[in-house]
Amino acid sequence: MTDTTARTAPAGTPESEAGQPAERRGTQIRLSAVTKDFGLAAPAVDEVSLTIEPGEFMTLLGPSGSGKTTTLNLIAGFETLTSGTIEIDGHDIGRLPPHKRELGMLFQNYALFPHLTVAQNVAYPLRERRVPKAEIAARVAEVLELVQLTGRDHNHPTQLSGGQQQRVALARAIVFHPKALLLDEPLSALDRNLRGALQSEIRRIHREVGSTFVFVTHDQEEAMNLSDRIALFNQGRIEQLGSPEQLYDAPDTLFAARFLGDSNVFELEGGVTGDTTRWEDRAWRVDAATVSRRSGVAERAAVVVRPENLGLVADEKDVPSGANWVRARVRDQEFMGSYRTLQLALGGQERPGRARVSTSDASFAVGDPVVAWWRPERQRIVAA
Amino acid sequence: MTTDLLDLPRRSERRRPDANWLLVLPAIVLVTAVLLVPLGQSLVRSVDPPSWTLEHYLSLFTDGVTLKVLGRTAVTAAIVTVCAFLIGYPYAYLMTRVGPRARSLLLVVVLVPFWTSVMARNFAWIVILQRGGPVNSFFEFLGIPGVVPYGNVSGVTIAMTQVLLPFMILPLFSTLGSIDRRLLLAARGLGSSPLAAFWKVFWPLSRGGVVAGMMLVFTLSLGFYVTPALLGSPQESLIAQLLGQRTTQLLDFAGAGALGILVLVTTLLLVAWANRFGGTVSAIGVVATTGSKGRS
Ligand SMILES: Nc1ncnc2c1ncn2[C@@H]1O[C@H](COP(=O)(O)OP(=O)(O)OP(=O)(O)O)[C@@H](O)[C@H]1O
Ligand SMILES: [Mg+2]
Repeated sequence: MTDTTARTAPAGTPESEAGQPAERRGTQIRLSAVTKDFGLAAPAVDEVSLTIEPGEFMTLLGPSGSGKTTTLNLIAGFETLTSGTIEIDGHDIGRLPPHKRELGMLFQNYALFPHLTVAQNVAYPLRERRVPKAEIAARVAEVLELVQLTGRDHNHPTQLSGGQQQRVALARAIVFHPKALLLDEPLSALDRNLRGALQSEIRRIHREVGSTFVFVTHDQEEAMNLSDRIALFNQGRIEQLGSPEQLYDAPDTLFAARFLGDSNVFELEGGVTGDTTRWEDRAWRVDAATVSRRSGVAERAAVVVRPENLGLVADEKDVPSGANWVRARVRDQEFMGSYRTLQLALGGQERPGRARVSTSDASFAVGDPVVAWWRPERQRIVAA
Repeated sequence: MTTDLLDLPRRSERRRPDANWLLVLPAIVLVTAVLLVPLGQSLVRSVDPPSWTLEHYLSLFTDGVTLKVLGRTAVTAAIVTVCAFLIGYPYAYLMTRVGPRARSLLLVVVLVPFWTSVMARNFAWIVILQRGGPVNSFFEFLGIPGVVPYGNVSGVTIAMTQVLLPFMILPLFSTLGSIDRRLLLAARGLGSSPLAAFWKVFWPLSRGGVVAGMMLVFTLSLGFYVTPALLGSPQESLIAQLLGQRTTQLLDFAGAGALGILVLVTTLLLVAWANRFGGTVSAIGVVATTGSKGRS
């Protein structure tokens, strides 16, 4: 991995250690140089190395076609490795068939067995493991309570709503205490409200069962909401790995900066020399801590400033000392409820950008010239 | 105030069903003329109007021939059904797994005998199955003499299976093709071996198609006339031959009517019974629409 930011322990660890010390069912999943080549122009998964710690909530985030599902299917055993190794708690599982891997899986389309009732669906993995009947009944009841579906045992899946079906699928995936739970966009078929509700449910269940979760999504908000760490995928590779805060506050690349949240991007021609850089006619101060190592080795770099870090003043004389600034023009504005977004044309090139102002702030109207400024420690130099 | 506005759509709604009835009228007339009227005639004749007797029904059970032939027909139909299933299920499964081109090819192969003339197909079978034919020679070459599936029930079974295969394969293909294959992945992930995933997930979900296909093949088998007449032997005749004999040679219309009604009732009871095992009503629809064509 080329990530520069420090490898912190997963955020979930201290909390769950305090909460339930004995119940640590999580396992470690280690991918080393995992590659899957379907014979297309580029491998679907390209030398991915990633260690998912016990009990961690790891999200594989990325645009469509970036190899998230393929990576998850490789872990589950639904696809065969082209090269590389996958270990669970130190054991190589690369050649193990899926039914011997003891991993729970949640699919986008729920994949409930339509010919079985809710209870039979949930009991399915226990039956396959020849668990005694009485114990099956008890565990099914217990897990249905965990997903708040008590009393629907005898319904068939088609009689349930999408959200309820996904809860059943979740119950079925955790009832046999799998070593880890793999979730492939489990919420993307649900509407917005339901998705929010199920997100907190998944977070709660992760806390309660304490096992390792690997969650695939292309929704950055969902990823930031749920994850201990995010592995950002781009074209079959991990672009950046880190906590949601690290990815948002300290993106390494332009791709990462653009994928998570809004950014004002100033693409640099000259790169960074010492503690200054130039963009158009402006010279800006550079805080060494804000330079990602990726930007040093990359041919091109860019300055990235989040909209909420941009201040607007009418005249350059009003810019606080030590701040970097650029001339801009207000192009449009959007009312967002709790704040307003001003769309800007930045610099002589009129690069599109955005700033956030409070709803009561009426200092600038569409068409006004403004000066946009930010503190050097609030910018980020990324590889473009 | 707005009663006019509210009334307008209602009036037109009221008119619509009438027009729809008119559209199905030709079909109703046709079905009545070619299906219900003859059926009613058979029913009436079977009780021999002037005397109004059930003796023809009674004699079916007492003449010692009818029940035997009926039993033989049922056994033959059952064997044909099982053979068609054993060939048809893997075949239909294969059709769901290959690309669109190979699928069309597989479909054509299965439908070709269905499109050929009854006579041509049966005489082709005679050539293949008779003494000295390729089948006989092949088994003699293997050192097993005397294999002549001609002039007995085995030849009839082979030829019937061939022509009835589409009725097994088509409903199976549509059922198997609609099963979400990700369910199998889910089952694998939950701890099932490939075989267990098939038995516990794929097979139960394909049962509707299996019942539909089996019902079609079985009921159609009951009515085969030309094939057993050409490939079988008079000593091993099937129910349709018995019917033909009564109507065309013995001119015993009352007896034939009673026999026809018995076969019909038996078939309907069977369909009703099979329907409880997940066979769909649509399968019965297919039986009804293709039933006349199957009497080959
Ligand atoms: N079975 C397959 N055969 C051939 N190519 C495949 C197969 N599965 C995936 N691919 C290709 O591999 C690449 C990665 O696919 P993958 O499904 O892993 O993407 P993803 O990140 O999950 O995208 P999405 O968000 O759309 O689900 C794509 O280019 C896809 O076309
Ligand atoms: Mg995917």
